[in-house]
Formats: sequence, structure tokens, C-alpha cells
Amino acid sequence: MSIALEPTTTAELVDAVRSAPRVIAIGGGTKPRLSRVGDGFTRISTAKLNGIVEYEPSEFTFTAQAGTPLRDIVKALAERGQYLPFDPMLVRAGSTLGGAVAGGLSGSGRFRFGGLRDFILGIRFVDGEGRLLRLGGKVVKNAAGFDLPKFFIGSAGRFGVLAELSFKVFPRPAASRTLRLEAADFGAKVKLFAALANSRWEIDALDAPLEEPAVYARIGGPATALDALAAEILGRMRGMVLTSGEADFFWLTVSELRWAHSTGVLAKFALVPTAVEAFAARVRACTGARGWISAGGNVGYVSTPAGTPLPDFGTVGVTLRGDAPLWLGPRTRFEVMNKVKAALDPQNRFPDLDERE
Amino acid sequence: MVKASTTGQGMAAVLRRLAALLPAGRILQGPAQMAAYESDALTAFHARPLAVAVPQTQDEVIAVVRFCRDEKLPFVARGSGTSLSGGSLPLENGIVITLNRLNRILRLDPEQRIAVVEPGVVNLAVTAAAAPFGLHYAPDPSSQSICTIGGNVAFNAGGAHCLKYGMTSNHVLGVKAVLGTGEVVEFGGPSREQIGPDWTGLFVGNEGLFGIALEITLQLLPRAECYHTVLAGYRTLEQAGDAVTAVVASGLLPGAIEIMEKLALEAAVAAVHAEYPPGCEAVLIVELEGPREVVAADRVRLDEILAASSPVEVRPARDAVERLAIWKGRKSAFSAVGRLSPDFIVQDGVVPRRRLGEALRKINEWSRESGIRCANVFHAGDGNLHPLILYDGREPGALQRAEALAGKILRMCVEMGGSITGEHGIGVEKRDYLADMFSADEIACMQRIRAAFDPLTIANPGKMFPSAEAPALTQHGLHPLEKAGVISRE
Repeated sequence: MSIALEPTTTAELVDAVRSAPRVIAIGGGTKPRLSRVGDGFTRISTAKLNGIVEYEPSEFTFTAQAGTPLRDIVKALAERGQYLPFDPMLVRAGSTLGGAVAGGLSGSGRFRFGGLRDFILGIRFVDGEGRLLRLGGKVVKNAAGFDLPKFFIGSAGRFGVLAELSFKVFPRPAASRTLRLEAADFGAKVKLFAALANSRWEIDALDAPLEEPAVYARIGGPATALDALAAEILGRMRGMVLTSGEADFFWLTVSELRWAHSTGVLAKFALVPTAVEAFAARVRACTGARGWISAGGNVGYVSTPAGTPLPDFGTVGVTLRGDAPLWLGPRTRFEVMNKVKAALDPQNRFPDLDERE
Repeated sequence: MVKASTTGQGMAAVLRRLAALLPAGRILQGPAQMAAYESDALTAFHARPLAVAVPQTQDEVIAVVRFCRDEKLPFVARGSGTSLSGGSLPLENGIVITLNRLNRILRLDPEQRIAVVEPGVVNLAVTAAAAPFGLHYAPDPSSQSICTIGGNVAFNAGGAHCLKYGMTSNHVLGVKAVLGTGEVVEFGGPSREQIGPDWTGLFVGNEGLFGIALEITLQLLPRAECYHTVLAGYRTLEQAGDAVTAVVASGLLPGAIEIMEKLALEAAVAAVHAEYPPGCEAVLIVELEGPREVVAADRVRLDEILAASSPVEVRPARDAVERLAIWKGRKSAFSAVGRLSPDFIVQDGVVPRRRLGEALRKINEWSRESGIRCANVFHAGDGNLHPLILYDGREPGALQRAEALAGKILRMCVEMGGSITGEHGIGVEKRDYLADMFSADEIACMQRIRAAFDPLTIANPGKMFPSAEAPALTQHGLHPLEKAGVISRE
């Protein structure tokens, strides 16, 4: 694999994009399948486009360069009692802010207040013609112009290279409690999802490992209130409150995808709660495969051991690492999608929307 | 700009063919029939379209759009006509496609907390349908009793709860739409997760320039169990602004933080008999929400913060009736101020929250210098201003002077690092200011994207982008629905 270009300024990033007929951006490399493209691509690393440009705690906003490790952002926010409520993923693994957006990987906390798409405010990016463009804004409310910032979520570098991103943040709740609730099978888990999601308790995160007869729910707020809420929940559902050490370990297992095989295929799928049972059954039917359900049944992950091909789930997904097609499941390629691609990248400098390299 | 057939005869033939597309009586062409469609809530502008199409089904909308494509006939989609930026202002060389009859809630799934609706469904009707299940649709523009989801989607409508819950785009999971090309597309779906580029996110807020949404999948949220709404009066606007800063710095995340200035208070008193602490230049409204235990703990902190903020008086709502009274005063503020003046312009620029005080000082200074009265009500939590610029359209040059002040305010918002629109969209009203916020390259980029969806420029042309083709300027007073107190400008 060729050595990547490493621009240190946006001007150098523009030059890097213009320097080759085909380019692909790479961030921390934590979701390597997204940037695994055919030969003939020049790789542009955002590693040296690193740093928080502006952080205004009183505004609930920050702007950082695309290559800034999420780790640095999470730390800077925590120092001011703030956070990205969606639980950014692969933070310890070295994921960058730009990579998180390009990969469209929000975490468990997306259940309550939404994911990346609900907190991104603005982007600066270089399009396929090498123009540096800024769309969206830096304030928490903005309706001017087309919403390119949202469009770049999950776009895997197909429309441009991100240079800088602005996000909204929230104050971190004073405390949190994680409950482990018993659920014998996925039918029971889905019932628990609905009961918890439609309750008065305002659940922040709602996850279920495939291999364990349990659902995990997290609530956040003032400590005294949480103890009362947790007691009420446990009065209605069988389970327990985790210690804070156990809770931290559990949520790290999810956000760092530590439950997954370290090699093989790892893929994410968009689900609806009613499809969770069938999804879980398909994972189970695949020898050695592991799975995880997140966001109250709206996200499913599958990890297969090295050498085991990913089964067909019949639902849309994306491969994050390992040897499987990038885009999974049934997709309709509308004509307008090709035209928008051409509008942002007329010379097809970035990888094709579909993989036909 | 693509012109429709230029000769009168040619156009008459086009309209006859259009009339044949829909059952009798659903292509309106008489001046009296079309009068209601000539303007929206940006009442300074109006234009008479060639015809108004009244489809009742998605297939009829698709057929009309494809007809427009084949005839290169511009069209403007319209819901309830509440756009404050002139988003549904008709074109004299085009038709209006009114979507009010596509008003079915196609699916409401309380377990998955989603609703699939047609574009003509009224915003509040979604919440009404969801309420029996303890759910609601979060975006609450103050015209929510009449504005439609289709319009909300086109303009990414906001409301009073955006800091915590986001805008329309944060609640739209999927869209089926017919584009300017006639292509019917489906983006997103019932899952709260998206895979691949967020086409749904790109579509929301397109201001009608991409096409017409036919079916929209919305996420619903559980209704908060408990509210705690506080009204606090201050001698000065600065004190009210400092209180907002203190609330935000405390780590609380209120559902809404609003400020009303003196002129707006006086108007609300006159209009809906709202009562405010005497001697106040500004009133702050803060609302906490959540499970009762959380609200109980948070309100102790809020009370401490407000007590320390030198208020004239702090009035917590003791029950639901008092809470509604506080909101009634707030939501009526604009139509109430409208009674003080024959005409007004309202804008929705955004500044960084910490610069709110500075922004308001400047607005008041310019108001004094120019002798143009200006009332301020704003979503303080997210820095979203709503200066209401009063003028009398019968006075020569008054509208132009008011517009000049409005323009100064918008440029100030951009200079302060904010936005020219927080929730009303660019539309006709602010299209000349787009270039203050975006470079020529950035505008060109957006125009190329628009051309991907609508290469013939027939879907709502003349909106968003600076354009030489200015619609007819006229001078009106309040929108009839505003006079009736059904909608208000915020």
C-alpha cells in the first residue's frame, strides 16, 4: 500500500486532492473497510489536520479539524462538564472526528438525543474539483442553505475530503445509572425495548448483547432522581443496577466494539425493533458469529470470525472491517444519486458510490 | 430561468392539458379562486400564478410534476402558506401545487415510535394522533396548529425547543419524493439509523428546490412527564441575558429558554391580557422538563440561579393553567406587536448566545437612530433573534427603510459568526443575503446540487439563490390567519 499524503494545512489538503486523479481520505484507520478501495488511489491522511479550532462551552459548540482524535475532543469537553451525547465510538481505538462522520458511526447514546446527524452543525471540505467549501454553520441553530453537513454523515469519502467540522454539545448529566434487565430471548428483549422507550423514565441508551439474556438501559440526571427512577424500574422488571465500574466496562465494551472478533468481518445494519428477532436468528445461524443490538433495536452489529463469510441479512448495512462488500443489503440506486455525486465530484476523483473500481 | 411557453395561446393550451390531468374543479384558474394562493406569511410579496392544482393523491402530484417537467412549467408546492420567508410565494409564469388534501397519516406505530404522513398533514395533527400513546412530535413552530409537515420538511422548521431537540431535520427518518426531474425517490426509512450518505438529511430544508415530498417518516418521542416553567422579570435586558448565561453554564439543559423585550411585553399585555412583573425591560422564560424526580432536582438549581440573577420577580407556574398562560403570552407576542403597527418585517437571524446582549444593543441603537420601532422576542437558548421591525406601508419609502434595517441586522448576525436564518429559511426574503454567508464557490456548489435534483429549474425557482427576477412587491398588513390569532411570526 502506498504511503499516504499528510497535509498539515487546509491549503495543503487542497493541493493533495488536486495532486492525483483518484484520492481517498483516511483517518485513524479504525474502520478500514471504508477506505479500502482499488489500486490507483492516492491516500490522503488527515492525521496532521489535528486540533480543536474553537471551543466555546457557553455556546455548546466546538469546531475541530477532521483529523482530531475523538479522544482529545471527549477529554476537552469533559474538562468543561460537557459531552457528545451519542457516545462516540472507537474513541480509545483512535478514531478521528472526520472518520466518525465519514463512517456514520454514532454510539449507544444516540438513542435519546440522536446521533452524529443530530449534533453536526457545519463542515469545511474539499470537493472533487479541489475547492475548499464551508457549508452549514457554527451556531446551534441554522437553516441557511442545503444541509451538506448531514449529507456527509456515512458518505465514506465519496463526495469530498473533510477538513473541519463544527458540532453541538450538551452538558453532561451529573450522574448516570446502568440497569441490567433480564430478558430470556429476543422476543422478550424487544418487548423490554418498547416498554422502556415509551416510559416516563427518559432512557439515554438501550442495548442488548446477542449472547446474553439481558437488556442494558442507562439513565442520566441528578443522582437522587436516578436512584428513585432505578428503584421504580426494578419494581416492574427483573434486574439489577450495575456498579459504576461495571457500567463503565459495559459501555466501553459497546463503544469500542470489544465484544467483536478482532479479525474477520464487522458490519453495521439499520434495523427496526420488529426486525430484531429475525436478525438475531440469522446471526445465531452463522457459526462463530457474534452480534449486538443497539439504540433500542434500531442498530445491529455482526462480527464473524476470520474466514467465515458474512451471511445475507436482507437489510441495509455497511461493512466496517474485513472482507465483505462495503454496502450490504438491498439498495436502490436512484438516478439523482449519480447526479449529486457528479455535482460534487465531476471527475470522479473520489471512489464511486457503488464499488465497481 | 426556464420560461413557460411564451405566447398566450400556447399557454392556454398548456393549461387546458393540465386541467385534463385532474378531475374537474381541481385546477383553479379564476382570480377569485386563486386569491388565497397569491401570498404566504411574508405578506409584503404577492404574485398571481397561472393556475392552482389541487391533487388528492400522490399519483396525482407525480402526474402534475411530470407534466410541468415536460412543459418546462415552473411550480411552487404549497401547504398552509405560513412561510415567513416567502417560500411558497407563487410565480406569475408558473403554477401552485397545493398539498392540503394529501393529509392522511398513513401509519402510526407507537411501539417503534414513528409516524408516516402525507405532506399536507398539519404539524399538530401528528402530535394529536400520537398523544393517546404518550408520544408527541417534537418540532413546534408556533404556527403548528396550521402549518403542514410538507412545509416543515421543505424549510426545516424550528420552534421553541430546538436547543434540546433539534429542528425538523432531526426528526425526519425518511422521505419519499417526486423530484424536479419527475423521478420518484425514497430516502431513509423507518429505522432511526441511516446507512450510507444521509440523503434524507440532504433533502430536508431544500426549500422546495428539489421537488415535492409525498410521504414523510417522522420519529415520535415520549411526552415529558413533568414541566417546570418559570417567568422572571428583569430591570434590564443585560440582566436577563446574564441569567441565560448562568443557566447555560450551570449544566442544566432546559427544554426552552425565551426572552421577551419591553415592547413585546406591552403588546402581549394588550392582546391577551398577559401579566408581567411591573417595571421590567425584559422577561425570561425557562422551562425544565422530564421525569418528575429529575425536574424536582433540577428546579432547585434553577431557582438558586435565578434568585442570584437580580430579578425583579420570579414567578414559577404553579399548575398547567399558569404554564399555558406563560406560553400564550409568549406565542402571541408577534401577532400582538402587529397590532401596534400596520405592517412589520420579522427575521430570524442567529448570533452566538454570548453575543446576544451586544446584538440587541446594536438593534436598539439602530432602531433609535432610524426612528424605526423594533420589538424583540427571541429563543435565547439558541441565540435565535426575532427582531420585529415595525413600519407603515402607506408611508412612501417606509418598507425600504425597514428592509434596510433588517439587512443591517442580518449582516451583523453573519459578522458575529451566526446565521441569516435559524428556522424560517432563505426563501425570497433573504436570498440577497445568501452571499453574505456563503462564498461564490459555495453557492455554486449548492446550485449544482440543486441542478442534480431539478435540472430544468422548475421546482420553486426564485427562492434561496440571489436572483434578478424579483416578484411583485406590494404592501399588506397582517396575514388573515395572524389577525385571527391562529398563527404568529416566530
